[in-house]
Amino acid sequence: MSKKILLSVRDLRTQIRGDGPPVRAVDGVSFDIAAGETFALVGESGCGKSMTALSIMRLLPDAAAISGGTVELDGENLMALPETQMRDVRGRRVAMIFQEPGLSLNPVMTIGAQIAESVRRHTALTGAAVDARVIELLEAVRMPDASRRVGEYPFQLSGGMKQRVMIAMALACDPALLIADEPTTALDVTVQAQVLELLRDLQRSRGMAMLLITHDLGVVAQMAQQVAVMYAGEIIETGPVQTFFDGPAHPYSRKLFDSLPERAGRNRLLAAIPGAVPPLSRRFEGCRFAERCDRVLPHCAGTVPAWHAVGEKHDARCHLYADADGTSVVKSATASGSGAQIAVRRAEDECSAALLQVKNLQVHFPIRKGLLQRVSGHVYAVDGVTLDIFPGRTLGLVGESGCGKTTVGKGLLRLVAPTGGQVLLGGGDFLALGRDALRRRRRDVQIIFQDPYASLNPRVRIGDALEEGLLALDVGSGAADRQQRIDALLTEVGLSPEVKGRYPHEFSGGQRQRIAIARALSVEPRLIVCDEPTSALDVSVQAQILNLLKRLQREKGLAYLFISHNMSVIDYMADEVAVMYLGRIVEQGSVDDVLRAPQHPYTRSLLAAVPVADPQAVRPVLRLAGDLPSPVNPPAGCHFHPRCGVAVAACATNYPVEQRFSATHLVCCHLCKKTD
Amino acid sequence: MNLLPFRFELLWTDALVWVLVAAVIGYAVYARARPHLRAPWSRVSRSASGMAAAVILAAFVLAGLLDSIHYRPALPPQDGKAAYATELRSLLDLTLQPLRDKREKTYSAPLATHLYAKETVLLPDGREVREFPRLRHGGAHLKNPAADWAGDVALRGFRGLAVALLIWFSVALALSAAVAQRSGNGIEQSWGDIWRGRTAIPWRAALCALAALAVFAGPVIALAPLYHVFGTDKVGQDVLYQALKSIRTGMVIGTLATLVMLPFALLLGVMAGYFKGRVDDMIQYLYTTLSSIPGVLLIAASVLMMQVYIENNASLFPSSEIRADVRLIALCVILGVTSWTGLCRLLRGETLKLRELEYIQAAHAFGVSHWRIMMRHVMPNVMHIVMIALVMDFSGLVLAEAVLSYVGVGVDPSMISFGTMINSARLEMAREPMVWWSLAAAFVFMLALVLAANLFADAVRDAFDPRLVRAGAVA
Repeated sequence: MSKKILLSVRDLRTQIRGDGPPVRAVDGVSFDIAAGETFALVGESGCGKSMTALSIMRLLPDAAAISGGTVELDGENLMALPETQMRDVRGRRVAMIFQEPGLSLNPVMTIGAQIAESVRRHTALTGAAVDARVIELLEAVRMPDASRRVGEYPFQLSGGMKQRVMIAMALACDPALLIADEPTTALDVTVQAQVLELLRDLQRSRGMAMLLITHDLGVVAQMAQQVAVMYAGEIIETGPVQTFFDGPAHPYSRKLFDSLPERAGRNRLLAAIPGAVPPLSRRFEGCRFAERCDRVLPHCAGTVPAWHAVGEKHDARCHLYADADGTSVVKSATASGSGAQIAVRRAEDECSAALLQVKNLQVHFPIRKGLLQRVSGHVYAVDGVTLDIFPGRTLGLVGESGCGKTTVGKGLLRLVAPTGGQVLLGGGDFLALGRDALRRRRRDVQIIFQDPYASLNPRVRIGDALEEGLLALDVGSGAADRQQRIDALLTEVGLSPEVKGRYPHEFSGGQRQRIAIARALSVEPRLIVCDEPTSALDVSVQAQILNLLKRLQREKGLAYLFISHNMSVIDYMADEVAVMYLGRIVEQGSVDDVLRAPQHPYTRSLLAAVPVADPQAVRPVLRLAGDLPSPVNPPAGCHFHPRCGVAVAACATNYPVEQRFSATHLVCCHLCKKTD
Repeated sequence: MNLLPFRFELLWTDALVWVLVAAVIGYAVYARARPHLRAPWSRVSRSASGMAAAVILAAFVLAGLLDSIHYRPALPPQDGKAAYATELRSLLDLTLQPLRDKREKTYSAPLATHLYAKETVLLPDGREVREFPRLRHGGAHLKNPAADWAGDVALRGFRGLAVALLIWFSVALALSAAVAQRSGNGIEQSWGDIWRGRTAIPWRAALCALAALAVFAGPVIALAPLYHVFGTDKVGQDVLYQALKSIRTGMVIGTLATLVMLPFALLLGVMAGYFKGRVDDMIQYLYTTLSSIPGVLLIAASVLMMQVYIENNASLFPSSEIRADVRLIALCVILGVTSWTGLCRLLRGETLKLRELEYIQAAHAFGVSHWRIMMRHVMPNVMHIVMIALVMDFSGLVLAEAVLSYVGVGVDPSMISFGTMINSARLEMAREPMVWWSLAAAFVFMLALVLAANLFADAVRDAFDPRLVRAGAVA
């Protein structure tokens, strides 16, 4: 199989200049992409993937500059082209789509006009031919009702549709290479599945090569033929996708696999990589991963490893493969398995009364209109949610974005005011408490947020941030006791007490999340609402945080309400799972009930859409059409019926009643009948 | 009996100015210990235009502060009691004593030796001649002005320039010595580094600005004791003296009006954004109403009211200086009250964004009180906007004073300010031949002050605005 090489990158180097020493964001990257092939560049954030793509397109920000190397497209050196010719290359021969489709479209132009612009720029078409081409492109990206959508503005489209428009623009003149920089990271898992399928089909039918940049090994397994793993500005392993997934060679790649929650199994610790990616402003003398590697050799820190073959076309930049027969090392390493076993907790042992009972919780946001701000409608963000959370256990709440799962979390903490229902905590209704009583009860329930950068005030030192809750809720006796508690908390979450005097900007995302956890723990709560606590983190850091949360739960008997859109994280963390759709819970039960034997069609398609990090995984094809409807006007009958593949007549008229499928398994669907 | 030949007198504006100076020093000490506050200021210090502007501003601030220490000189004791003059003097007046005391009869052109208007002069032999009489002070030392004037002015000017450049050179040397000590390099090396722009702080720009200042100030200082460098006005007062005295008025208005405006803007803006709903509606209503009333109208009304109050209660204000000072404060207050709406709107928007952030939600989850959240979590995170607004508004207010005084609703007519200088120069422009120097002096000084303030404000905005992507912040 010797395909023609389309893009050849050799020793590409890009530096970012700033106040300090230059940051070598891309440091000697070389790879080839054959025509019609998908090449995946995998790595954690900050490893230089996006910079590599921008360098190829020569679209770098002002502070960055290419300092060496060549990029050849069909034998033509792109680095030597003048900017005017480069503009013809961009769009016509190489096109790019970005992570955030909302930011890539001009909000005041119709999507038709925006696509037409790139058609006119790169082809000779004029007049009606352009319009025809625009519709043809929109149909090619499977935009429903393309001829009507042409005249719509970006705000009228959902995230998935915007990404389709971006792809249509990129396809405008049949580029030979498409660079997709995290094309589905901002999308929900069901929409991600649609977009990935579209990209795969387009690529096949047009024979287009694709450079896919992603952090998600599941996406790689589904899409790519060739893989390269990037770490700290350089490629450390490259090979065909099957060989790579069968036996990742570099210790870093292996750790990446081991830190995936779905690979570990619920009762094992995740293999976290200690430490963090080294700053790229520093000079490296040996292997860049040496400090964090668990198989480090004495000469790793001093000698830069060369490329060694570990299999057919499979190379790794690691000293482990220097003389030994590479494949045997791979085998032995994969066999070693992942982290240590955690003590298995038996559910029966501690099944006691519920710690927190949520009964028919409703959060409706009024929509005000007109001069007098009359209420003209409601956003039914949460519309009758009933949950039980038991002490020492984790309830996972899953659903697509916009289904109201975060609002449930905030509603039961009264961070947004619920409009109805009850939250029973320790006997009393949390929602009925007065101001002072509420303040006292706040000790029992705390929250951890998604964005580690927004969850700490940049102007407040870590110690003061941790003291805030202690002061507000009168925990601890006197200043000395509070300081002791803060020291203990920091040690507990794996940080040194000396960081008290520092400001948040000195910490990485994972460390900030640890601090946020310490802050929530400071008032000794019984329940912590974890609102997507790891979705902004890289997998290796996610593994650290998940391990920490599990340990704290074991040691302190905490209950978690774990909100996430990530099925594998939920699978790893949760004891019970509730699936939300448009403000209501459609299915709930124990983790085995819901994730192993899903009954509701929505749960099934959600699970089917999750990309699995195994190129050979056989998966049921259950693609969800369309997007989440608006919670302002939920569809009549079962909210899910317009997207449901198996809906019957009754679904359109009546909302299904909750049915007990088994002792622990509740489903809201007309089609689910009790089996026994 | 008092031993001092003077008595200090603290005007209201003086007190406020010195409180402000103390506050700035306090802030500097506070910010030094906090990296997040220190970082933007060190970015300001790395901006070339900012440093150059800071040097010029420092010269103005020095003049303004010297003019803010007032005293009454002692008179010969009467009846064994110490007596003091009713007239207030400032330290600046003391330094400019020669300029202040050397009054001519009426207009004279810059550096002139003769008056600008012909007068009938009685000659010793009894004849009457109409001619341009010699000035009493300007160029009085010249025996034969027609022949000696040019040479004398050039010589003295050049001497002044030479001395100034010598001082400048020694300052530059001292600076390189300081840089050398810090970096551990030799003095020559540091000198080279400074001039090749290789130092972290752009000392080259600061030294260039200082050189420009020296080139201007050196000859002026050398000539001022013997000539009227910028000429004299209608009543024969030195225009240079007036221009220097105007600096304080402009600076007081620029800073105190902002201080008056700040609490309104900060409190109301943050409250509107934080509480939303009714509170927001009320505050928005308030500032929408206020900003739809023409500002000049409000200012004119309140200044006139203040004037009437002062006239009716003359006993409360023993001297004309105190009266003018109270009126200046009143003007600052009313300028502040009418100008808070813009900043308030900005702060409301920023707070609306901040209140949804997760650290504020986390504080809510702890039951932290609203007041404490606003003080601890919101205020420090909107301070960059306040800082930018402060420095940007300064020049606007200095200009506003000039316009208001020109219209006649600004400072007291007896108080020297850029506005009153321009106002009195208005009629002179229509004279034939034209008297241009009063206006020109006001223009040059005001331009230098406002331009420096604007450049400095630009540097501050660039350093504080988190939205500006800085090199190195891209990952």
